[in-house]
Amino acid sequence: MKFRRFAILVRQTSAWRGWPLAVAVVVLAVFPHVGGDFYVDLVLTTMILSIFALSLELLVGRTGLVSFGHAAFFGIAAYATALLSPSGAAPSHAWLLPAGVATAALAAAVIGAFCLRARGVYFIMVTLAFAQMTYFVFHDTKLAGGSDGLYLNVKPALTLDGITIVDLRNPRTFYYATLVLLVLVYAVLAAIGRSRFGHALAGIRANEQRMRAAGFSTYGYKLAAFTLAGALAGIAGFLHAVKDGFVSPEILAWHQSGAVLLMLILGGIGTLRGAVLGAFAFVLMKELFQSEALFGAFAKHWQLPLGLAVIACVALMPNGIVALPTQLRRFRAPLLNAG
Amino acid sequence: MDFAVFLVQCLNAVQYGLLLFLVASGLTLIFGILGVINLAHGSFYMIGAYLAYALAPLAAAHSGGGFPAALAIGVVLSIVFGYVLEWVFVSYLYEREHLQQVLMTYGLILVFEELRSIALGDDVHGVAVPEWLAGSVPLGGVMTYPVYRLFMSGVCLLVALALYAVIARTRVGMAIRAGATNREMAQALGVDIRLLYRIVFAAGVALAVFAGMLAAPVTSVYPGMGNQVLIVSFVVVVIGGIGSIRGALLASLLVGFVDTFGNVLVPQIAGVLVYVLMAAILLWRPEGLFRTG
Repeated sequence: MKFRRFAILVRQTSAWRGWPLAVAVVVLAVFPHVGGDFYVDLVLTTMILSIFALSLELLVGRTGLVSFGHAAFFGIAAYATALLSPSGAAPSHAWLLPAGVATAALAAAVIGAFCLRARGVYFIMVTLAFAQMTYFVFHDTKLAGGSDGLYLNVKPALTLDGITIVDLRNPRTFYYATLVLLVLVYAVLAAIGRSRFGHALAGIRANEQRMRAAGFSTYGYKLAAFTLAGALAGIAGFLHAVKDGFVSPEILAWHQSGAVLLMLILGGIGTLRGAVLGAFAFVLMKELFQSEALFGAFAKHWQLPLGLAVIACVALMPNGIVALPTQLRRFRAPLLNAG
Repeated sequence: MDFAVFLVQCLNAVQYGLLLFLVASGLTLIFGILGVINLAHGSFYMIGAYLAYALAPLAAAHSGGGFPAALAIGVVLSIVFGYVLEWVFVSYLYEREHLQQVLMTYGLILVFEELRSIALGDDVHGVAVPEWLAGSVPLGGVMTYPVYRLFMSGVCLLVALALYAVIARTRVGMAIRAGATNREMAQALGVDIRLLYRIVFAAGVALAVFAGMLAAPVTSVYPGMGNQVLIVSFVVVVIGGIGSIRGALLASLLVGFVDTFGNVLVPQIAGVLVYVLMAAILLWRPEGLFRTG
């Protein structure tokens, strides 16, 4: 009896539950030393998308706000990065990331103030419409290169007294900077999950009426969550712009907002690891269907199997990869009893 | 702006608005009654346009006399298609959350676009205006206006009136309104709700396909054309209020005018104007102009 209690205690300790995460971080950290260039680049892209998906998880999973326009903030930060990158030689660009993130946060605060007046289905469509509006601002006006997109002048580096500390021009350094940011975003969101703020957001998801009756100004909480989610998406947008050295309106298109929602539901809504797993699953799926080695000439039509896979995934595992073990156990239990 | 130009732009705005109404009314019906967010609705418009392209030889037969026949074939095909699609796919969405509906119909868009690409390729195609509608009427001193666009507006208006008559005056329309207000109660009183849903969905598909077929000679036919219409239709539904046909009509005309005159007066920011309109209306009325249910 005593031992059992001890075992439960061990299992409940965060150190014990955290070990798969620690393993994942170690694997990601070692990967550039063993993987080929193509795969390292792919993992890098996926890590950026993971940050993007994590930022949306705060809205969709925690607060219960399904935003279909999250790509807007990703794109706004990417454009801000490109527009603000100075044309001269590269001095310290430590301010470029905060500037990009601040722009995205500001945009999220303004757009959120409008969108959060709508509820439920209206919220989904209004966020979509605002994201489209942002898309047209960058696509139609001469503000930032129009539909042709925009090149970054210089890739940023963090220097102090002439000594380069973090040089994002070096792919290896950039990889590790992204990994550090991913871990940071994950940690911040995990901390929010345990905080009073996070619990208030979960309360809003469960029953907003009740939260208001309990004295919470839910609008303020939701706007704070929306702004924070926009800012975190901004980190991903900044990394995307620096990685490619190029931004185009396509990164704000509604397909992007759809894709990041898809990552969430693939991984499993309501958990942080689900968002990261979903990002990896999505990229793998896309790479698989685009692979000419496997599908030959049909790889050109990769969207067809992707669309079918999306439908199948949502239909068959509505709770995502995270819930798959439970789902399988439930599926097997009656079989075992019968046998 | 001189008066003839103003008149031409007004006609364009009405024509665009009424065309939007055909797509948006289906969207708002499916939304208000079935409770499904159907992202694939734009694809039906795209399918309609490509159908018009595929049926172009028929439409051109007998010096354009085949055009009504082509339209009729398109409508019949789309009703069958919508009926079957509701049966095998959409009926599984009713019990699901909105997010899952969004993603599954998003998957459907990818499937439809890619099937279109496999069947007909990715090229842009023009579709000829039928011969008997090819002329233009004089307007004021120097301006002329194409007959086909007037024809489009007229047909759209007829469809809108017919839709209103069906919903307000017939037994089916009564069942639709009852189903929208209270699904369980309507079912308990003997309305076959599953059949009703199938009919509403098929009608929605037919409206979008019909709009695509009508628009093909004016807009030409290109990949991704459905997505653009889908987003604007969403704006129309949000402005008009979910489930409201009246709201959809008013909102589509409003969007038609704002977009058309925006393109003439302030072309630099025309793309954004419709969304500004939506934001303004939502500030005023967060649930759209006419909310039902």
